Amino acid sequence: MSPDLSASGIAAGVGAGRLSAAEVLETRLARIRELDPRIRAFLKVHEDSARCRARALDERRAAGGRLGRLAGVPIALKDNIHARGWETTCGSKILQGFRAPFDSEVVERLMREDAVLVGKTNLDEFAMGSSTENSAFFPTANPWDLDRVPGGSSGGSAAAVASGMVPAALGSDTGGSVRQPAGFCGVVGVKPTYGLVSRRGLVAFASSLDQIGPLTATVEDAALMLSVAGGHDPKDSTSSPRPLPDYAGSLSGGVRGLRIGLPREYFTGGAHPETEKLVREGVASLERLGASVVEVSLPHTKHAISAYYVIAPCEASSNLARFDGVRYGVRARGGLSLEEDYAVARGSGFGPEVKRRVMLGTYALSAGYYDAYYGRAQKARALIRRDFEDVFGKVDVLATPTSPATAFRFNEKAEPMAMYLADIFTITANLAGIPGISVPCGLTQGLPVGLQFLADSFREDLLFRSAAALERERPFPVFPFAEGAGQGPRHEPA
Amino acid sequence: MSQPDFELVAGLEVHCQLATRTKLFCGCVNGASGAEANTAVCPVCTGQPGSLPVLNKAAVELAFKAALALDCGLAGTSVFARKNYFYPDLPKAYQISQYAEPLAKGGAVVFTAGGVAKKARLQRIHLEEDAGKLLHAIGSRELDCTLVDFNRCGSPLIEIVSEPDIFSGSEAHAFLAALKEILLYAGVSHCDMEKGELRCDANISVRRKGDAALGTKVEIKNLNSFKAVKEALDHEFSRQVGVIEAGGRIVQETRLWDVEKRRTELMRSKEDAHDYRYFPDPDLAPLVAEPRWVEAVKASLPELPAARRMRYTEAFGLSGYDAEVLTSDRALGDYFEGAAKGLAPEAVKTCVNLITTDLLGRLNAESLPVGRCPLAPGALGSLAGLIHKGTLSTKLAKEVFSKAWDTGKAPEALVAELGLAQVSDEGQVREWVKAACSANAQAVADLKSGNGRAIGALVGAVMKLSKGKANPLLVNRRARPTRCS
Repeated sequence: MSPDLSASGIAAGVGAGRLSAAEVLETRLARIRELDPRIRAFLKVHEDSARCRARALDERRAAGGRLGRLAGVPIALKDNIHARGWETTCGSKILQGFRAPFDSEVVERLMREDAVLVGKTNLDEFAMGSSTENSAFFPTANPWDLDRVPGGSSGGSAAAVASGMVPAALGSDTGGSVRQPAGFCGVVGVKPTYGLVSRRGLVAFASSLDQIGPLTATVEDAALMLSVAGGHDPKDSTSSPRPLPDYAGSLSGGVRGLRIGLPREYFTGGAHPETEKLVREGVASLERLGASVVEVSLPHTKHAISAYYVIAPCEASSNLARFDGVRYGVRARGGLSLEEDYAVARGSGFGPEVKRRVMLGTYALSAGYYDAYYGRAQKARALIRRDFEDVFGKVDVLATPTSPATAFRFNEKAEPMAMYLADIFTITANLAGIPGISVPCGLTQGLPVGLQFLADSFREDLLFRSAAALERERPFPVFPFAEGAGQGPRHEPA
Repeated sequence: MSQPDFELVAGLEVHCQLATRTKLFCGCVNGASGAEANTAVCPVCTGQPGSLPVLNKAAVELAFKAALALDCGLAGTSVFARKNYFYPDLPKAYQISQYAEPLAKGGAVVFTAGGVAKKARLQRIHLEEDAGKLLHAIGSRELDCTLVDFNRCGSPLIEIVSEPDIFSGSEAHAFLAALKEILLYAGVSHCDMEKGELRCDANISVRRKGDAALGTKVEIKNLNSFKAVKEALDHEFSRQVGVIEAGGRIVQETRLWDVEKRRTELMRSKEDAHDYRYFPDPDLAPLVAEPRWVEAVKASLPELPAARRMRYTEAFGLSGYDAEVLTSDRALGDYFEGAAKGLAPEAVKTCVNLITTDLLGRLNAESLPVGRCPLAPGALGSLAGLIHKGTLSTKLAKEVFSKAWDTGKAPEALVAELGLAQVSDEGQVREWVKAACSANAQAVADLKSGNGRAIGALVGAVMKLSKGKANPLLVNRRARPTRCS
């Protein structure tokens, strides 16, 4: 596919009048019609509304109007992000039929820059999961191998970008939910610094960990998307007032003199040897470009999974308590007591993983257990944060595998604990609030491997610098589906 | 054993709705509980998915004002926490409140009960949001379902928790009255109990007199008036003493005050108590009170009732009673000070009398608050001055007061316009007295024979002749028996 069809290419073309937003959209809609019946990335494609929007942009351009930085770029939204008037299901039956009462801050920002919203993508119910198998509606397939998961919870957004249905999508990352599916699907995914992107209009899973982030085919597009989506929102009290730096400018910065740390704890047998090998090769290619590479240690990493699986469920148990069927979503009916009403709505509305986490969190916050669980988890979190503060005094970025292995088969990780371990390399960034990016670094047995860079808070510029350099060194086949190929994935590493 | 062998120990939890324009975490109108149901609502205060709270600075300021007015210790940093429980009036299924780290600790309320000054210490003050309101019936009609009105949901409240320093129903009443006065003065709340702007729960226990340890406490809810608080405490004291005397034990429970039946009834036992699973709200940053901001809030506090009372007795020489009346309402005190400005010290007393009798009487008759009094403080002050200078008799002053109230004209202007100025000219008064004496021979004779009361008839006759304008002091002096000729 021509690079013109990256988000940046489309925006430049439509903005200059060389491309028509309507035609760009039709190409993508055709691709969705062709591929999505097998991949099932979308929960809902809003064709009419997207066409109407694209036409309006073309007309505005024709009338001499200037278009924004995302002029005519078709974008998909994970279905836990509000677009006013559209259904937001969170992949859950309990929210079926619920229409967003307002635009999320990120949607307002995308629309201000003249993006075209195409539809809502599949996810693990309430973003709880790492495979998108926990969607109450259907699973999504990995475009590289339809028998495998796309990762999760932003699996729909990752698969939609990987298969070229849209050049860019938004996901949300609470423990790796943007980076892990990006890695599994061979696209770029960013988890921004906590507070960089407004959470207003994102249905909360774990408020102190959630961040919205872009999934794109290229690093340049990820930088473009973040530069639009990020920035201070006074209506989100956790949003940072710090002005955004120029991410585009950091893309060409190169890595000469950049100090890259390899955290020992992420390279000690946890990852599949092939995955680790490709990641090390990626880092070596940056070293050849003048980066220095040192081994570092993040000694409290071992507490991350347990801290995360206390804090996230605690917050979730509270955040999800409002889903009682009374004001929206599934409602129990018929002469029940109040308690039965709640029990029926929540019992039938939530899937097993959501129930598991709500119960875990409820238990951990209970009188007599708070200190032992939530209190200790917060202490561990502080130690993990300090590990990163220490290490970023010595290096600029850390490089790790995004996930221990490549995309797994459906139903392969039926045990919750096995699934939880899929996030082992990504959850530390959420606990510490620091940014991370997953960028493809190669294929093994036909499946993409993601390399994760981590940086200090608000140093997304360093992530883009490193990832852009890696992308230039190790070009990656963006789309597994060749034009017109209908039989299945075909991958030809460059 | 009987009641006199026991004493009641109570602590109060007072919820007070802050007088802000908007709610605690969104831009919806605060205090729209009387408006059509669910018209002052938005995605934030109805707990729509994806909505986030933004703290209202004005509410924080009022909460700190309350804490400063009540002499609390302020926390440099306080933390909002979620209090989790399911109920249809709580749309997020958690209330944003403060728990482990409230914005203020300590402080006290001084009040007078049974003529004795007392002090109840405060434990803490914290800021939180209100819940909605459930409707089970409309008028006399029972509903076949429960309706919910979220207009009140998200309104800013402070919860003021006292130490168990209250020992009777009347003390509780006096405590609340003193607290309400301070909150009104500080402009923290309108404190209208009928509108639910001030609500009270009580923790009550009894113990044998002389015991140091507290008894098992029972919480009483639904105390919607000062009277209810007093009655509920008195009732609960008897009930608990009765249980103990019958050989029973008090169990920790929550009871409801039934206004109709005037007794408390079991609401839930300790076993059914909620586990609120408090934890810091991750949607809100800790609340940091910058010392400079706190100083500014402190500077904006008006003089509080106790200090004002003391000043009135010391600086103006008012009686304790007058000072009490004038400070019972901040606006009335302000009015008094406006009226007394520039008055001679002796005229101030006249001014106080005008306020406590004529002004309050008229305001009361017309159900007007002091703030909407049509007579400006300056006008009342000059009226007092006119009386003091002898230009107006007290009687004529009442007429001028009334005319000034109705027409808005200045008292001096009215005096001139109506020719009401008191006549203090000795010659003229002598003429009137002479005329009165000759027309009332019997009264003169009575006076001469020592019946002092007869002077009333003579004074009345002079006033009639002078159309009320004769200076009564001069008339009195002139009409004395020895000089009546």
